[in-house]
Amino acid sequence: MLEGLMIGLATAFSLTNILMVIGGCLIGTFIGMLPGLGPMSIIAIMIPVAISIGDPSAALILLAGVYYGAIFGGSTSSILINAPGVASTVASSFDGYPLARQGKAGKALTVAAISSFAGGTIGAILLMIFAPALSTVALLFGSPEYFALMVVGLSAIAAFAGTGQVTKALLMTLVGLMLATIGEGVLFNMPRFTFGIMDLQSGLGFITLAMAMFALPEAIYLVLDPSRSKTEEGGGEIKDLRITRDEARQIAPVIGRQSVQGFLIGVLPGAGATIASFLGYAVERNIATKEEQEQFGKGSLKGLAAPESANNAACTGSFVPLLTLGIPGSGTTAILLGALIALNVSPGPRLMIDEPQIFWAVIISMYLGNLVLLILNLPLIPYIAKVLLVPRTFLIPFILFFTMMGAYIGQNNATELLLLVGLGIAATILRFADYPLAPLLIGFILGPMLENNFSRSMQIYDGIGFVLERPMTLGLLTVAALLIVLPSYRARRAKLRAEGVADGD
Amino acid sequence: MALDRWIALIILMMCTGYAYTAFFTMDDMLAPFMRRDPIWPSTFPKVLSVMGMVAAILILLGFEKGDGTIKAGEINYRRLQDYKIGQALFLLGLMVAYALLLRPLGFIGSTVGFLIIGSVLLGERRLHILIPVAFAAAFGIWYLVQEVLGIFLRPWPFVFGV
Repeated sequence: MLEGLMIGLATAFSLTNILMVIGGCLIGTFIGMLPGLGPMSIIAIMIPVAISIGDPSAALILLAGVYYGAIFGGSTSSILINAPGVASTVASSFDGYPLARQGKAGKALTVAAISSFAGGTIGAILLMIFAPALSTVALLFGSPEYFALMVVGLSAIAAFAGTGQVTKALLMTLVGLMLATIGEGVLFNMPRFTFGIMDLQSGLGFITLAMAMFALPEAIYLVLDPSRSKTEEGGGEIKDLRITRDEARQIAPVIGRQSVQGFLIGVLPGAGATIASFLGYAVERNIATKEEQEQFGKGSLKGLAAPESANNAACTGSFVPLLTLGIPGSGTTAILLGALIALNVSPGPRLMIDEPQIFWAVIISMYLGNLVLLILNLPLIPYIAKVLLVPRTFLIPFILFFTMMGAYIGQNNATELLLLVGLGIAATILRFADYPLAPLLIGFILGPMLENNFSRSMQIYDGIGFVLERPMTLGLLTVAALLIVLPSYRARRAKLRAEGVADGD
Repeated sequence: MALDRWIALIILMMCTGYAYTAFFTMDDMLAPFMRRDPIWPSTFPKVLSVMGMVAAILILLGFEKGDGTIKAGEINYRRLQDYKIGQALFLLGLMVAYALLLRPLGFIGSTVGFLIIGSVLLGERRLHILIPVAFAAAFGIWYLVQEVLGIFLRPWPFVFGV
C-alpha cells in the first residue's frame, strides 16, 4: 500500500496533473453552479476533452476534479439562490438558503466548503483502506461471479429507486441493456439489431446517450419553465467568510459522523450522494437536542454541515465499486466508467495491480481536489457567483451547443447529432412520466460486460449449469432477485394493511 | 391512461419487435458450426426481451402504484401548454437544422447562426452583445477542437474547398 501511495504521489504531483485537478475543480464549480447542470451533464460534456488528453491518469484526475467541483458548485447555488443545480445538494438548501437570507451567505459557504473538504478527505482515507481489501476478494471472482455481481448491482439500482419506481427503474435498465446489444458484439462477429444501417454497426455512442439522457432534457426543462433559472437575485455581495471557534466545535461531530455514514451509503450501488445527503440531514435532525431541532430548516449550521459532508463522502464512496469491481453504482460513475473504457483502461480488481499509478493517482488527486476546493475556490466564490448573472437567453443556446459538440467530436459524424436530438426528446418524455434515466445509462454501459461474462460462463460450463455449480453465483443471484421482489412485496403488504384498516373504520 | 402507462405500452411494442427478431429471424444467419455452441448471439437478447416484456406489462397493468404526486421542480406534463413548449420545439428544430447544415455551411457559419437564432428566439434583443459573443465562442471552440485537440472541423462553407 505504501509503495502504491508513493507511485500515486509521484503521478499526481506532476505539473500537468496538478493543473488538471485545479482546472477540473474550477470548471466543475463554474458549471455546477449554473442551475440545471448537474455533475452528470458536466462530466458528459467534459469527456471528449478528457479522452483527447490521452493519458488515462490525467484524464481521470480531470474528470474526478470536475465531479467534486460540480458538487461544490451545486451547493453554492443552493445556498445563494435556493436553486440546487444538483439533486444531491437539495438538502443543503434547507438550511443554507435561510442562512443566506439572514445575510450570512459567506458563513454558510465556508461551512459548506469545510464540510465538503472534511467529507471528501475522510472519504478518501476510507477509500484507501476499503478498496485494496475489496479488490483482494474480487480477485477470487470468475466470470460467473462477475455476471452475478453485475446483476446484483443492476437490481440494487432498481431497488433503491423508491416507491412506485422499482418496475420503472427495472424496465429502464432493461432498455439500456437492449440498446447496448445494438451493433457488433465482442464475442460474435455479426451485427445485431442494426436494421442494415451502417451508422449503427459500431453501436450507439455512449457520450451521445449520456448527453441525450441528462444534459438535453435539463436544457429543455430550462426552456419550458423559465422559473427554473432564476438568476436575477443571485450574485450579490458576499462578505464575512469567517466562522467562530464555537461554531466550529458545534459542527465538528456532525461532520465526522456524516462523513463515515455518507461514505458507506455511497459504496452501495444505486444509493448515491442524493440519498446520503437526505439521510444525513434526517439523522442529524433526529439526534440533535430539542432547541437545536427548532433551528433546523431556519438556518442551522449543523443542518448545512450534515448534507454537505455526507454528499461529498458519498461521491468518494461511489468510487469503491467502480475502481475495485468495475461496476458503477451511480449515473456519474457510470459515465466515468465509459470514459475509462474509451481510454483503454478496464477498472476492476486487476486495476490496482496492472496500473497502480492510475488507481493511486486518482486517490491522491482526491485529497488535492478537496484542498483546491477549500483554498482556491472558496476565496474565489464571490467572483464565480457572478456566473449566476448570465441571462438564460445566452445560457440555453450555449448548453445546447455544448451538448452537440460533445456528441459530434466524439464520432465526427453529423448523424450522431440527429440521434442525440431523437434520444433527447425520448428522454424528456420519459422524464415527464417520472421514469428514472440513470438506470438506462448504467444498463447501457454494463450491457456488453454483462453479456460477455454471461457468454464466457456459458461456454466454460457448457450451458446454464454454472448458476447451480458455483454457490457464490447462486447466492448473488438470489440476493438480486430478493432486491427486486422485496420492495414491491412490502409496498403491497403495506397497502393491503392500510386498506384493511380503512375497511375496519 | 396516464403517460407512464402509454410509455410502457410503446416500450412493450418495441420489446415485442426486439423479441421477434431475437427468437425468429436472427439465428437464420448463424453458421452451422456456431449452432453447436451453448451460447448464440441471440441468447442474451432473448432473455432481455422476455424480461423487458414482463416489466412493461407490469407497469401497463398498474401493479405498482406510485404516490402520484409531482415533485417540486418537475414539470407537470398535463399542463404542458402552460410552459414554453413552442420555444422548446423550435430549439429542437434548430438543433436538427444545425446537424444537417454543419457540413455544407461549415462550423463557423452554422454555430454563429445557431447561437444567434437560439438567443433571439428566447427573447434576447441586445444584438450588439450577442453577435460578438457568438462569433468569439464559435472561433474559440473551433480553435480548441481543430488546433488543440486536433479533430478536423470544416470552418467555412463547402464552396471554399477545405
